[in-house]
Parts: sequence; structure tokens; C-alpha cells
Amino acid sequence: MTKEIIKIQDLKREFTMGTETVHALKGISFDIKEGEFVTIMGSSGSGKSTMLNILGCLDQPTSGAYEIDGVSVKDLNRNELATIRNEKIGFIFQSYNLLARTSAIENVELPLLYNSKVSTEERRERAIKALKMVGLGERLHHTPSQLSGGQQQRVAIARSLVNNPVMILADEATGNLDTRTSYEIMSLFQELNKKGITITFVTHEPDIATFSSRTVVLKDGEIMQDYLNHNVQSAANELAKLPKQDE
Amino acid sequence: MRLLNLFKIAFKAIVLNKTRTLLTMLGIIIGVASVIAMLAIGEGSKESIRTTISSMGSNMITIRPGADNSGPARGSGGNVQTLILEDYNEIKKQASLLSYITPVVNGGGQVINGANNWPSTIYGVNPEYLNIKAVGLQSGSMFTDAEVKSAAKVALIGGTVVENVFPDGQEPVGQMIRFNNIPFKVIGVLEEKGENTFGQDQDDVVIAPYTTVQKRILAIDYLNQIMASAISEDEASEAVTQVTDVLRSQHKLIESEDDDFTVRSMEELISTFSSTSEMLTVLLVAVASISLLIGGIGIMNIMYVSVKERTKEIGLRMAVGAKGTDILMQFLIEAILISVTGGLLGVILGLGATVFIENFLNWPTSVALYSIVISFAVCAVTGIFFGWYPARKASALDPITALRYE
Repeated sequence: MTKEIIKIQDLKREFTMGTETVHALKGISFDIKEGEFVTIMGSSGSGKSTMLNILGCLDQPTSGAYEIDGVSVKDLNRNELATIRNEKIGFIFQSYNLLARTSAIENVELPLLYNSKVSTEERRERAIKALKMVGLGERLHHTPSQLSGGQQQRVAIARSLVNNPVMILADEATGNLDTRTSYEIMSLFQELNKKGITITFVTHEPDIATFSSRTVVLKDGEIMQDYLNHNVQSAANELAKLPKQDE
Repeated sequence: MRLLNLFKIAFKAIVLNKTRTLLTMLGIIIGVASVIAMLAIGEGSKESIRTTISSMGSNMITIRPGADNSGPARGSGGNVQTLILEDYNEIKKQASLLSYITPVVNGGGQVINGANNWPSTIYGVNPEYLNIKAVGLQSGSMFTDAEVKSAAKVALIGGTVVENVFPDGQEPVGQMIRFNNIPFKVIGVLEEKGENTFGQDQDDVVIAPYTTVQKRILAIDYLNQIMASAISEDEASEAVTQVTDVLRSQHKLIESEDDDFTVRSMEELISTFSSTSEMLTVLLVAVASISLLIGGIGIMNIMYVSVKERTKEIGLRMAVGAKGTDILMQFLIEAILISVTGGLLGVILGLGATVFIENFLNWPTSVALYSIVISFAVCAVTGIFFGWYPARKASALDPITALRYE
């Protein structure tokens, strides 16, 4: 029925630190279906960063299978991984990672610069469309230093949308923001999710998880819990409940 | 398409760091400019040597008695008496590649006209001398073969002599002067030639029939030298061989004996002097190249800093799909853009410096096209060479570590 975007089967990742082998992920299996909003939770050392790197095709598993949109990642080389990242994944980072002194629109265009199938005109068009989607249609030519933290993260979200990825991968995307702004960002994520965009959100904040449709909890490299959230909170409602800011 | 995008990215990075880029370029600019200016000076002096020597008679061949005076303790040839009129006659008869030939005897003495006197040199020659030296007459006429035969006491004088013995602006032609107390009738004035490359005043001469000079002034029967000119510049070296052969048989030299005379063409003289200035050029260019090298190292340095400083950016670019080669090309293009732009500005500055040297220092210069092409090419190569290593380092970064880099 619904397509599986991510298929993970008995995934292991080991690091060799000198003579010691660290088992960061100890055999993990789960799938992510199209249109899901999944939070991956875990405290530091739980293996969630390793999970994120592998999900984002920045790293490869030691053993086990990882498929994204029907492509097995296991045997791809550096360049092929780059192409997967370019075409199938949209990254959002905690610290926004925008290019300094570069306008919002140029920041958003960045992934498309590395895709030779997209022409200059189409690139610009798609960047404008993505910025409008995140509500920054009026700030196309602002540089990051002229934007607030929330707006910068919106630019980053627009950048992750611009290549029409099969999944958006967010790494503590609200970690640098205050409660109000993070609720705004979460409500934006929920809106995007409603439009059918698959989102995987890595976080250690439990309240963020209440906005997602499913939560996977990692501990010591294993899945502790994997449950559907039947009572998804609306970030927009939560935002309304917050005390009004002093004008 | 993709390459064009990489160009845009690299260009943007340069524009965002204008001051730094300009300072980096400065090394290249100065390097290229000095290479071009140095080469222009070198080429210019070479050319000026060539033209002055050519103005002394481009096809000229000189034959002197005595072996080549390159070794130590050799005489100047002046007091060697092995070159005689018989040699001249034989060469004239046998050497087919010569168009003009004259015996030369010369000696120093005092030129006197009334109360004015001037130390000068008298050259005894035949009428072909003017053709060989490529010198014309300002007034009067050359003496004739008949006057040579009869050892007539007639003379032509150069501009410097005129100035000194006819200071009142009197017309010298038709006047009587004395050279070492021998009276001569001035029948012509030579065209002014000025100083030659070696600082010798070419107008400080008196010219008379060689017979007259031999008998009446020097009292000798040998020749100081023989001057000739080859039918063309290309035939000069062949003509030298001809003359050498004639003289060797004249002087009855056997195979194992060295020449007891020296035959030189202007071409040889030019190459002797050119090689000196060429060595100087090489030296100048070497110094200039070092500054170009230092400019290149400057690029490498700044590219290193740039890669380090932009580690996080590189990580991001990789995360959104830049391949290693994209990153490599981005930084390489950046380095090449810096060096090529620097090279271009360097060429302009170098040409400017050349114009300045020519007009304000009055040094002869000549900008060779090859110097521009070479220094420009060197620039591009410098960019690739010194940009490669930092670019390579950037492209080999692990995206995860790069993203976390603070």
C-alpha cells in the first residue's frame, strides 16, 4: 500500500578505537513509510548520531542492509552516496549551516547546483517556491546575518525541500531555538508532513516527539521502543497556548 | 553546466574575500610584471646592440693579423706584420662572396689647421671603405682609385674633427689641413654616425688613401687589417671560410698550424655581445621567477587557510550532494582564477613598467610576445600546482567530521 522509503535490516555499525571495538549500533531493524513523521529519540551515546549519519548516507553500516527509496546503500562508493544525498535526502542541522554572506535564495539553490539535470532558471524557480513554502517569500535576498534564528532555520528547511527529497532528515533542528520559535518550526514541519513529505527527526527532547506520528527510542545501540503516536499534538495549538510575548 | 556552476561558486568565494584575494594576487602580479619588464629590458638591450653593430656595416668582415686574441699574453695585432698587400690582392681575386674589400692601415696623430689642432686617428683605405662601413658623405666626394694609385694627399674628415679644427663653421672641403705635419687637402666630410655601442666616437676619424698613409705617415709596407663586406648577411660565414682558405694558402700554413690571422664577421660580434646580454637577461628573469614562485606559495598558503576556514562549508556542500571532485574543482578553479587574474594584472603592470623604463630611464626595451605568453602560462600552471594540494585535501575530507568542525 504505502511505499516504504527506508528499509533497515539488522543494521550494525562498529568503530575501531585503537584496539577496542565500539559497537555503536547493535543490529537495528525498522522501516519508514512514505508520509510518516518519525522522531528518533535517545540520550547521548545511544547511537542516534550514528543512526543519523547512516540514514543520511554520510556513513555506511558495517553490516546489515539499508535501502532508501529502493536503492541499497551498502555497496555504493563516495560519489554514488553524494548523488543519493543530492537527490533523495534533505538535510536540516541544529546550527542551520547556511553559507555566510550569501542570500537566502542562493543558500536554497545550493543542492541544485550539484545536480546537472536542473537548469539555472528551474533552479531559481524551485528555490523561490521552497522559500515561499516556509513563509520567507519576502526575504529572498536577505543574508543569514539579517535573519533571526527561526528564519535561518526556515531557509535551511527550504534548502532541504528544494531537491524534492524522498525524506527530510532533521538533526536536533530546534536545538538552537527558544520554545516559541521551536514550536513555530515544528508546526511548519507538521504542515509539510501533511502535504505528504516524509520527515525523520532526530532529537533528545521528549516534547518534540509528541508532534510526530511515530517515535523510535534508541538506547545503547538498540531499539528500546518503537511506537505510533495516536495522539499527535498540534504544534500550532501549543504555540497558541504559550503566553503572549511582551510587545 | 556543472562546471559553470563550479565557476560561479569559486567566483563568489573570491568576491566575498576581495581584500584577501587581492593581497594574494599581489605576489603573482609583481612576479609576472617583473618577469615581463626584465625580459623587455634584456630584449631591448640585445636589440640595441644588434642595431648599433649593424649600423657599423652589417655584412662587414674584418681580417686582422695575429691569432684570435682571446688567450692571455697575445698582442693586439697592431704590431704583427704578417698581413700584406699581396694578401689583400689575393683575397680580392679569389673570394667570390665579397662585394667590397679594402686594405686598412691606421695610426694616431695630430690634425692641425692653423691654430687649431686635435688628436685623431687616420685610416688609410681605398674608396670601397665607405660602402663597407655603410657611411655616406655630408659634403664633398670620396677619393678615386687614381688618387690611391698616386698616393695623393687628400683626406676626408669626420664630424668631430670638423668641429675641433674648423671651429668657426668654415666649410672644410677644399681647405688644407696637416696630419702629423703632412699636408692634406680636405675633399669631403663624412656623415655623422655618433658613438657606437662601445662608446667609441665614430666621427673622430680622418680618411685618406692607404698608399698615402702607408708611405707618408706610417712608413710601413704591411697592413693593419683588411675590411670587406659579404655580398649578403647570410653569406657572411661562408665568406669568412673563403677568406680563411685564401689566407692560409697565402701564408703557406700547413694543416697542423693555427691561423696567424683572425677573420671575424659582424654576426660573430653580435652573437658575442648578445650572449653577454642574454646571460644578464637569464639572471634577471631568474630573480623575477623567484618572486613568481613566492607568489605561488602565497596562493597555496591562502588556499590552505581557505580550506581550513571553510571546513564546515565543505561538509555542508558534501551533505547536500557535492562529490569529492566538485569540491576539488571548486578550490582548484578558485586558485586558478586568482592566479590567472593576477597574471593578467601582472601583464598590464609589466607593460606599464616597461613604458616607464623606456620613457623615464631611457633604457631600450622591447616587449617580446613570448614573454607575455610564457609568464601567463606559468601563472595558470602555478595556480594548478599550488592550488592542487589544498584542493585535494578539501575534497578528501570526511563529510561527517567536516560538518562537526568548529
